[in-house]
Amino acid sequence: MTLTLQVVLVVSAALFSTGLLAALSRRHAIFILIGIEMMLAAANLNFIAFWRFSPQSQPPVGVMIAIFSIAISAAEAAVGLALVIAVYRHYGTTNVDHLDQLKG
Amino acid sequence: MSRWIIGHLWLICAVPLAAALAILSLPNSRHKSAATLAVAGQIAALVMSFLAFLPTLQTPGFRVVQNFTWFAFGDNALQLGWLLDPLAAVMLTMITLVGLCIFIFSTGYMAGDKNFVRFFAYLSFFSGAMLGVVISNSLLLLFICWELVGLASYLLIGFWIERPSAAAAAKKAFITTRIGDMGFFVGLLWLYGRSGTLLFYNGGNGCLEGAGLAMVGASATSIALLIFCGAVGKSGQFPLHVWLPDAMEGPTPVSALIHAATMVAAGVFLVARVYPIFSLGAIEGVTSSLTVVVWIGVTTALMAALIAIAQADIKRILAYSTVSQLGLMMVSLGVGGVAAGMMHLLAHGFFKALLFLGAGSVIHGCRGEQDIRRMGGLRRLTPITFSTYAIGMMALSGVPLFFSGGWTKEEILHVTGKWPVSRLPYYLLMIGVVLTALYMTRQIIYVFFGDRRTGSQNAHESPRVMTMPLIVLASCAVLFSIVLTPAWPWLHDYLTDQSAQFEFARLIQPTLFLSLVLVGGGFALGIWMYRKAGIQDRARPAETDPLEFTQPGLFRFLENKMWIDELYVRTVIAFSWTSARFSDWMDRSFWDRLARGLGGIGQLFGIFTAGVDERGINAGIDETTIGTRGLGRLISGAHSGQIQTYLGVIAIGVLALLLFYAWLA
Repeated sequence: MTLTLQVVLVVSAALFSTGLLAALSRRHAIFILIGIEMMLAAANLNFIAFWRFSPQSQPPVGVMIAIFSIAISAAEAAVGLALVIAVYRHYGTTNVDHLDQLKG
Repeated sequence: MSRWIIGHLWLICAVPLAAALAILSLPNSRHKSAATLAVAGQIAALVMSFLAFLPTLQTPGFRVVQNFTWFAFGDNALQLGWLLDPLAAVMLTMITLVGLCIFIFSTGYMAGDKNFVRFFAYLSFFSGAMLGVVISNSLLLLFICWELVGLASYLLIGFWIERPSAAAAAKKAFITTRIGDMGFFVGLLWLYGRSGTLLFYNGGNGCLEGAGLAMVGASATSIALLIFCGAVGKSGQFPLHVWLPDAMEGPTPVSALIHAATMVAAGVFLVARVYPIFSLGAIEGVTSSLTVVVWIGVTTALMAALIAIAQADIKRILAYSTVSQLGLMMVSLGVGGVAAGMMHLLAHGFFKALLFLGAGSVIHGCRGEQDIRRMGGLRRLTPITFSTYAIGMMALSGVPLFFSGGWTKEEILHVTGKWPVSRLPYYLLMIGVVLTALYMTRQIIYVFFGDRRTGSQNAHESPRVMTMPLIVLASCAVLFSIVLTPAWPWLHDYLTDQSAQFEFARLIQPTLFLSLVLVGGGFALGIWMYRKAGIQDRARPAETDPLEFTQPGLFRFLENKMWIDELYVRTVIAFSWTSARFSDWMDRSFWDRLARGLGGIGQLFGIFTAGVDERGINAGIDETTIGTRGLGRLISGAHSGQIQTYLGVIAIGVLALLLFYAWLA
């Protein structure tokens, strides 16, 4: 079986859906963060795939952008984790169901 | 010194006013300081008046004016000023001299009064204002001072405020003179409207000088009569004379100073001052305004002399006598004898002040008794008062040769006899002279002769502080005649801007015999009528007047002052009451209802708008806010605060968008 664009996109869609499901269903903030990371990874995978199967697939261009994106997501994860710790210290919980102070 | 005072004429009236202010600031117990201040102020005024009097002797027709601008409006400026001429100078000297005597007399007469300090403050205030009247060179300034003396008169008539009769008399005096002043003020405005100035003399431009008089023109008669209204009120002329006898409710020195010697003479002075307006366009010295002056004067002189015969109060007799003498002066002015009228005014100032102070001394000696029927026999008990009173009485009656009043009355009879319009005033004045001698004889017999009666049982002579002014005034009443005789008519020529010549042959005039006969007749009639008045007699009750005994109807008529007061009560006051009642009724039942009706309309409109506001506008706004609030509540429900719900909604939205684009493609 050859690796075609369709296969990669299906994998990417599955990964995104899994991430979304995690972000929507889990109650723990860290799991939600993990779900978000998975959705971000799916997006990166899509990006690389479209580059790989494009007519002009010279080596560094697509990879460089993917690496940038990964670096940004790392930074985002760091910020997210720091937020979670701050929330925990403040409220004594990380269950997002209880974090509803912005309720209208 | 004289030159300095001519430059500062205002000081003459300012010094007594300043003394009045200083006395007012004293505590009520400082009797001695108050009297000292008042007398010192009066002495200062007397010295200054005398110094101002001296230079007027040197040149005939002497006149000094000092004008100053009070305030300017637009192109116009209202000017006031001070004036010194023979007329003002003699008045100044007379007022301050008589005033000083009366001030000193008052320190004795008012001793023991609890409002002693207030009395001297008022008296000084009056003196200052009166001197202001005399030296004003502006009709407006004169009017201001005129009203101030009116105020002082009001305050002093009502000095014993705890007596209701004094309060009523003060009000009567103030309101009655105000009626005249109303006319005076209108005349003043009219004069200003015509001539554009109220200064008497202003280097040819004053309202009494050529150019000003020319502008007054044909209105002169009306203006003169309106100004005369003020003089009628102040000088107690018919028909406004009713306040003057009632003014005797005030302390006797006040009656002497204000209601005999000075203030009431201000009306005569006013007419003399503005005489050029009265005599403008005169033919043989007769104008219609002067004719009115003559008839008013004659009526007053005769009527008051008649009423005086039947009065029992010692001061009221003198008050009616004052009214009568003022009428005489008015006649003299009206027939053209300004100098004669002013001479009588000055002489009258001396002897009438003397008579009033004598009456005060009698009342003081009889411990407040004022009814002459209850006096009697005072001749031996109070010799100084008796002799000075007799001199005053003879001066007032007009005994020729030795008494000032005799010469001036003769002069007045003389000029009245030459009046071209009618001989009637001349004959009526002769009757007046007889009547004057008659009522003064009656008074003297009742008070000083006969048996002692209830009021005079324990009478005593007054202290020296009171008898000294009597002696000074009595000598003035006699010595003043030196400058009045036709042999050396110094005062007459001084007032008419001539220099006097001595000529002994003029001393004996036909009128001298005439007045001798008239006065002698009056005395004889009086002695015959009242020979038994003061003696207890079995045939007739002790306190019945001989005239009342023989002519009860006539006596009743005169005793009740010809029912003029009653007439005024029935007419003027009744009218005033009725119109006040009518206005009150109009106010309550018509205007009030009208106002209330208009108010009701406003109220109805208010209720209507309130309804619109409540039901319409308010309800609409309420509904809007309720709706907004509901909507807000609804929308805020979507904000659950559940972050995953938001995320899910976003996911569904993105999915829906994708499906929409897919369907489009």
